Amino acid sequence: MPEASTRTATLKVYRGDREKGEFKTYKVPVEAGMVVLDAIHYIQQNFDPELAVRWNCKAAKCGSCSGEVNGMPSLMCKTRMDKFRPDEEIMVQPIKTFPIIKDLVTDVSWNYEVNKRITPFTPAEDANWTFYQEDIDRVQEFRKCIECFLCQNVCHVLRDHDRKDTFMGPRFMVRTAGLEMHPLDEADRLKFLKEEGHIGYCNITKCCTEVCPEDIHITDNAIIPLKERVVDEFYDPIGKFIRGVLGVDKKKAKK
Amino acid sequence: MTQSKLTEKVPTSNSEPAYSGATARTDNWWVEPLLVAIVFTAFGIYATYRAFENQYYEFGPYLSPFYSPNMKEFFPDLPFSAALLILPFPLAFRATCYYYRKAYYRSYFAHPPGCAVTWFKRKGYTGEFDFPFNLQNLHRYAFYFAVPIVLILWYDALKTLWYDGGLHLSVLTLVMLANCALLSGYTFGCHACRHLVGGHLDSFSCPENKHSYKKWQRVTALNEKHQEWAWTSLISVAITDIYIRMACTNPSLAFQLF
Ligand code: SF4
Ligand code: SF4
Ligand code: FES
Ligand code: FES
Repeated sequence: MPEASTRTATLKVYRGDREKGEFKTYKVPVEAGMVVLDAIHYIQQNFDPELAVRWNCKAAKCGSCSGEVNGMPSLMCKTRMDKFRPDEEIMVQPIKTFPIIKDLVTDVSWNYEVNKRITPFTPAEDANWTFYQEDIDRVQEFRKCIECFLCQNVCHVLRDHDRKDTFMGPRFMVRTAGLEMHPLDEADRLKFLKEEGHIGYCNITKCCTEVCPEDIHITDNAIIPLKERVVDEFYDPIGKFIRGVLGVDKKKAKK
Repeated sequence: MTQSKLTEKVPTSNSEPAYSGATARTDNWWVEPLLVAIVFTAFGIYATYRAFENQYYEFGPYLSPFYSPNMKEFFPDLPFSAALLILPFPLAFRATCYYYRKAYYRSYFAHPPGCAVTWFKRKGYTGEFDFPFNLQNLHRYAFYFAVPIVLILWYDALKTLWYDGGLHLSVLTLVMLANCALLSGYTFGCHACRHLVGGHLDSFSCPENKHSYKKWQRVTALNEKHQEWAWTSLISVAITDIYIRMACTNPSLAFQLF
């Protein structure tokens, strides 16, 4: 027998599509350890089986359940109900930056198109595949990405200024950083970063880092180091000249 | 500059009815940018006042960080405050610092004022890609000038330990030394420094890069707290200057210990 719940939470959930819709209010009993996604499932099971939500793991590992809870971009399965005051109304919205399909489900396929633009991992034919931990530490952090696209969603360049025509967004700078810093990768993505991905649009205001559920230091460890590499190539003529005179070629600095 | 299109399909963000107003956030997201704006503005007003004041910056062996190195020694007939020759360098360093950029883009430009808070929607937004903000890419040059300035400040602080042929210590000297330590933590934790000492390398394990790797690790350790270094060193510069200014009119305030 389920024990009687100690309290009831009020959820205001967006129901509708891009053009038409409204917030519907539901009362959900709160149980210990419950997360917002549980509350959404409760609504589906008890009030409205048509409520659309995308999810898979409920363990903050698949990156499917991105939404906005009381205005904060977050994984619904990682947002605990006990963080809200008992009298607080909990507002659940789909992510803002990508078109709503239905209710809490959005079409994030633009991201996969951007991904295709990035030159994939390109090792040398005769690469030595022995790895050392110090070489792979930086890259491993970026591999934690679960593609929840919360960083893409919160980034004001995509969200507010709608620069999806030209800006790749933080998630793909993370991926590019993982490739550019890879000791065995031979490709050069700096021109792409500057002129097509427009890394310069990022003004390092760090919202991507604030929302990343995997705690990837997106700005400090991926974007800024990439910006510095772009500076090497395009904005630092003196440094480039000196490296030229000294014959320092960075790609050759690899094994 | 012409911009090539990244993808064929270009979706737009959702608006009404799923979204209305600047934000649905219910927390006090505005407190932090407001505090930052207040402190920056206060510091800016004080530093400007001090830069033009042109007095109360030196007594005995003590020299204010706002006036160091003392350009009056090189140009005695300077018709304006010597601080004006010095301050542009630390100003450029801080203004182009990756941390301060975040802080003032949020607090002064509201781009964005907070995460998931929309105040401005600009179709032609280009961030740091176009002039004038593409000048931020020159941050490493500001770093090159910041390093000698920190070294000179260390010299200024250390020389207050030894003068008139004897060893001395005052509370003011301790404040100056603390200021130098904080400024060093800030300067050597700079992202440009992190890149230059090793961040530009792809392989840390090959023998010729081992040394760079060590340096990169040290700079990274400072860099992880860059925001904290940025604030504490900003405040310590102000405190050191205020203290020296007060002690100029009343030297006993330096509290000589011996
Ligand atoms: S730091 Fe850059 S990429 Fe990240 S959210 Fe801000 S503008 Fe977007
Ligand atoms: S970088 Fe973080 S926020 Fe962005 S998609 Fe990956 S896991 Fe999500
Ligand atoms: S359901 Fe997998 S991340 Fe939330
Ligand atoms: S001083 Fe802050 S990043 Fe260089």
